[in-house]
Amino acid sequence: MFLKTFRKGIHLPGHKGLTSSLPIEILPSPQQVVLPLSQHIGAPAEPLVSVGDQVLLGQKIAEAQGMVSAPLHASVAGKIIAIEPRPHVCGKMVTAIVIENNRTDEWAPEIFPRHLDPERAESDEVREIMKEAGLVGMGGAAFPTHVKYNLSPDQPIDYVILNGAECEPFLTCDHRLMVEKPDRIVFGLRVMLRAAGASKGYIVIEENKPDAIAALNRAVQGYPIEVVPVKAKYPQGEERMIIYAATRRVVPVGALPAAVGVIVNNVATAFALAEFIQSGRPLISRIITVTGNGINQPKNLEVRIGTLLEDVLNYCGGFKGNPGRIILGGPLTGSAQYRLDLPIMKGTSGILVQTEAETPKTAPSVCIRCGKCVDACPFNLLPNFLGLYCEHDQIDKAEAYGVLDCRECGSCAYVCPARRPLTQMFKNTKNKIIAAKRKTS
Amino acid sequence: MNTLVSAVSLLAVLGVIFGLGLALAARKLAVEEDPRIDEVEALLPGANCGACGYPGCRGMAEAIVNGTAAVNGCPVNKDATPIAKVMGVEFAAPQKRLVAKVRCGGGKAEAKERFTYAGVRDCAAAQQLLGGPKVCEFGCLGEGTCASVCPFDAITMSENGLPVVEEEKCTACGICVKSCPRQLIALLPAGDPVTVLCLNKNKGPEVRQACQVGCIGCGICVKQCQQNAITVTDYLASIDPELCTACGACITKCPTKAIKGKVEELGKAVS
Repeated sequence: MFLKTFRKGIHLPGHKGLTSSLPIEILPSPQQVVLPLSQHIGAPAEPLVSVGDQVLLGQKIAEAQGMVSAPLHASVAGKIIAIEPRPHVCGKMVTAIVIENNRTDEWAPEIFPRHLDPERAESDEVREIMKEAGLVGMGGAAFPTHVKYNLSPDQPIDYVILNGAECEPFLTCDHRLMVEKPDRIVFGLRVMLRAAGASKGYIVIEENKPDAIAALNRAVQGYPIEVVPVKAKYPQGEERMIIYAATRRVVPVGALPAAVGVIVNNVATAFALAEFIQSGRPLISRIITVTGNGINQPKNLEVRIGTLLEDVLNYCGGFKGNPGRIILGGPLTGSAQYRLDLPIMKGTSGILVQTEAETPKTAPSVCIRCGKCVDACPFNLLPNFLGLYCEHDQIDKAEAYGVLDCRECGSCAYVCPARRPLTQMFKNTKNKIIAAKRKTS
Repeated sequence: MNTLVSAVSLLAVLGVIFGLGLALAARKLAVEEDPRIDEVEALLPGANCGACGYPGCRGMAEAIVNGTAAVNGCPVNKDATPIAKVMGVEFAAPQKRLVAKVRCGGGKAEAKERFTYAGVRDCAAAQQLLGGPKVCEFGCLGEGTCASVCPFDAITMSENGLPVVEEEKCTACGICVKSCPRQLIALLPAGDPVTVLCLNKNKGPEVRQACQVGCIGCGICVKQCQQNAITVTDYLASIDPELCTACGACITKCPTKAIKGKVEELGKAVS
């Protein structure tokens, strides 16, 4: 069968068998949750509570600040024991609200179903709901969802695409969610279609998840939604790749998907939206995959936002031997971490523990000009030249060769036989360019 | 024979015509250039390092002659007096020569690491990754960006992972100052003045956990200093170079050995 996809990219060993057939388990609520005020792109939320307050499950404890921001809700019922800087995934200390769990799980009174008809809802109403629910993009970037739907009238949206590609190796949280909760996902997408004023929805899934495709195909019956199986290839789940695969539209460089009439959301975001409308539950928990060869019992888990890494890892039987590397998110776009007192955040899709044998210390060498990175780059850049320019700090040339269009998918660094840390070089150079531009403007 | 004469005479006539044309053009289209530009350029170092912000030494010379740059606009040039003479302006040379100084003493042996960094050999890149591999968020990252950008090869990385500035080669161009993501490098008077080699503004216990040679803000040096040259702000000591007499009292008493520098007449000034 001919499958839709994009040009270039790389074929990765999936490693999904560790967890792909395991049903989602619910992690018992932890003794303590740490909720950083900055779990999303944009301004940090402003706390509404103070130390010593009692909060109920689902109560809003921090309000969105400014244009791009999202509120925060209590993920356990209990007492606020601290509002102080705590370790954050970014490596710095970030102000967080710490709640001591009283184990009652008593819901706040404002939690009630919204009785929203997805075919009749108003766009503003849905946007307000998205904001109230504290929704952010749950694929990893954590961009506040309601901001995405803040559209200008001269940019009509034709399609809303739900991203269920899950192209990163090891991760299976979206896969399990699609298999287990297809109706909620479809409900969420119907509301999103209404909010965007779009006529058609797509749910894009890699063909290596036939059970998810079948489940969603059953769930979309009777709605203007199409399930699109695509080739299992990395980075299929990248926004631009998925738009091209589903609609053949190409997002211009530097533009947002709305410029070609498309909005992309993660399936988990659609699920969280449906949860809020149908049962009143704001974003207080999420599905993560705990996996890798360095963990005793890999699992798909529903965890409360703010649960510490060590609590999750203990529930999964702890480390198998000495861990080589602990990564939050997928192996290609995730970030390696060195401490276990970090909280699971809204955008954390998984914990990957690699063994020491899987993380050999390799020294990068000079570029051997094989051109493999050129064949891999899905954005048609020339990582070989870009790498040389970045290495020698020729920032203007790197910019001329389009380093700002790099989306840091990591394909080039993965295929490089010289083990050059290309993606990191580009990220570094991009930051330098952006910093210089900010200085001059 | 006839052909030869006509060819030679034709060429001769043409030569005269073109020669006259060129001579006229040279006079009419002549670019008047200030002869001082060449003179000033000859007095500049000629390394074309770009530290002045102009395209090379020629650009600097043009700017000086146009009056858009000061005669001492070249940060590398040690003495601007000859240039001032060419330009016919008064110029007093500064008293002391400046050199780059890295204000961190925490190398691999002294400063603890939080994790092993194995990425791009660039300090800014290391800094982006969870704020850098060292526990100390103020100290030298040790990836050698300052050494690689120095156009005069004045900076080398020591075995201990710290940059070492060769004062002889350093021209105080300031390129390394800009390259350091933690702003550790400053231009200080040459001759290894007594300096606090630490910028850690955390409280003492935190500094001790991060580094053996960090300033813990204990204030012992303040009491030792006869000249009142040392002040402690944000748990960090700093020495006023104007007041310091390099007596060395603070160096000997600093419990973490965070203060270093060349001491003149040790023991004499203190007593």
